[in-house]
Amino acid sequence: MTFTTLSLTLIFVFIPLLLSKTLNLGLEKDTIIATIRSIIQLLAVGYILKFVFDAQSFLYIFLMVALMIVVATLNARKKGEGIQGITWKIALTLVVIEAVTQGVLLGFHIVPATAQYIIPISGMLIGNSMVLSILFLNRFTAEITNRHDEIELILSLGGTPKQAIHRQLINAVKASMIPTIESQKTIGLVQLPGMMSGQIIGGADPIQAVQFQLLIIFALLTTATLSSIMIGFLSYPALFNKRMQILEMK
Amino acid sequence: MNMLYEPSIHLQQVSFSANGKTILKSITGSFPKGKITTLVGPSGAGKTTLLKLCNGLLSPTDGQILIDNQPISTYEPTALRRHVGIALQAAPMTNGTVFENLALPRSLQGKKLTKKEAIQYLQDVGLDQSFLQRSTNGLSGGQRQKVSIARTLINQSSILLLDEITSALDRQSVQDIETLITTINKKYNVTMIWITHNLQQALTIGHFTWVMMDGELIETGKSSLLKAPLNPRVVEFVQGANV
Repeated sequence: MTFTTLSLTLIFVFIPLLLSKTLNLGLEKDTIIATIRSIIQLLAVGYILKFVFDAQSFLYIFLMVALMIVVATLNARKKGEGIQGITWKIALTLVVIEAVTQGVLLGFHIVPATAQYIIPISGMLIGNSMVLSILFLNRFTAEITNRHDEIELILSLGGTPKQAIHRQLINAVKASMIPTIESQKTIGLVQLPGMMSGQIIGGADPIQAVQFQLLIIFALLTTATLSSIMIGFLSYPALFNKRMQILEMK
Repeated sequence: MNMLYEPSIHLQQVSFSANGKTILKSITGSFPKGKITTLVGPSGAGKTTLLKLCNGLLSPTDGQILIDNQPISTYEPTALRRHVGIALQAAPMTNGTVFENLALPRSLQGKKLTKKEAIQYLQDVGLDQSFLQRSTNGLSGGQRQKVSIARTLINQSSILLLDEITSALDRQSVQDIETLITTINKKYNVTMIWITHNLQQALTIGHFTWVMMDGELIETGKSSLLKAPLNPRVVEFVQGANV
């Protein structure tokens, strides 16, 4: 695609701008900022990826993945600010997820150990884990606030913190995983996934595109389960003190 | 006044603060073993906080609490809470049936409650066995309080802390619960601390009474003190309640 053709796609930016202006939606400024940011960020990433792919150095791959984990952690931690040490707990979860999934993919030679595979797959899995972590923490903190009496009741009857928080933990894990499971039920029927669509548009064999998409879907199931369960089990002890008393969330 | 009786719980200059606010100010006193002590005072006096300190749901910011002459901090928290049971004011329930709620204290220890036992506990608080499989979401305020009392009794605690357990009950149910509590107290020599806003109840049920205001223990003694209090603030409080 030439830059001239690409610039024609800005028509899709002018349509919402025009509608926003006509209907007084007040979204013009945000739309322009979002457009400029996406152009700059994606072009920058494009050039960085080109450099990394050409270099084929594991150090650069490692740095790219580390950067993804740092950005995802900083983004997700905002939802769990009341939980002590949430930053390192999210970071540890993302590191484990990356290690487990890439360990399986590279260890069994499912994908080649090159930057072209490791970086995009890591991006999809870490990005998905970040969203899962946000969904989990959102629900978990709401459960703790809304069901404080229930937690206190179980403690008052002689239950341990783990017993007291068990129901809230399970509810939050389930709630965070539902979008992943539901979207997989309709995949291919309602929408073609982004990666598969991209490969097909890029000229790849649709069957091969489907195979890679299946790989991602299965890996996403693991990352979804691991993300919420790991963050949940790492986080709940911080809600109690040594005397098994529930702490006020800051 | 309580020096003649062996203390079940003793508080030594106990204070409690949270979020920069002082809730209890240097409370010293004892709850005698095997006796019912009623705790009265206006809302915000710190009564519920005091009970939560005795059950270990909270810890004092200053001072010491002795349970059966042993510092509360030396008890393992889960063992302490089974030894010192509490019926919370809001009568919180977990989602599920009445039976599941009654079985909760046992299931937390990996033990089972039989249906027969559950029916007996329900009958003790004036509910029939048809309630066993009812969802707790459909219970009235009074029914929740009764289930909450029954659930608290299941741990067979030596000390029972009761936080306004009859506030949502009709007159007949209040009498039934009062009879049940006094029976348990006499039969099993259980120490009871009962928060109530009903001064008549405090007078007739309690052996002893603590009057608390603004986080302070204002007056203590035999419950008959409510008929002739010495402290002018308590006089005013009692007159306002028409005892």
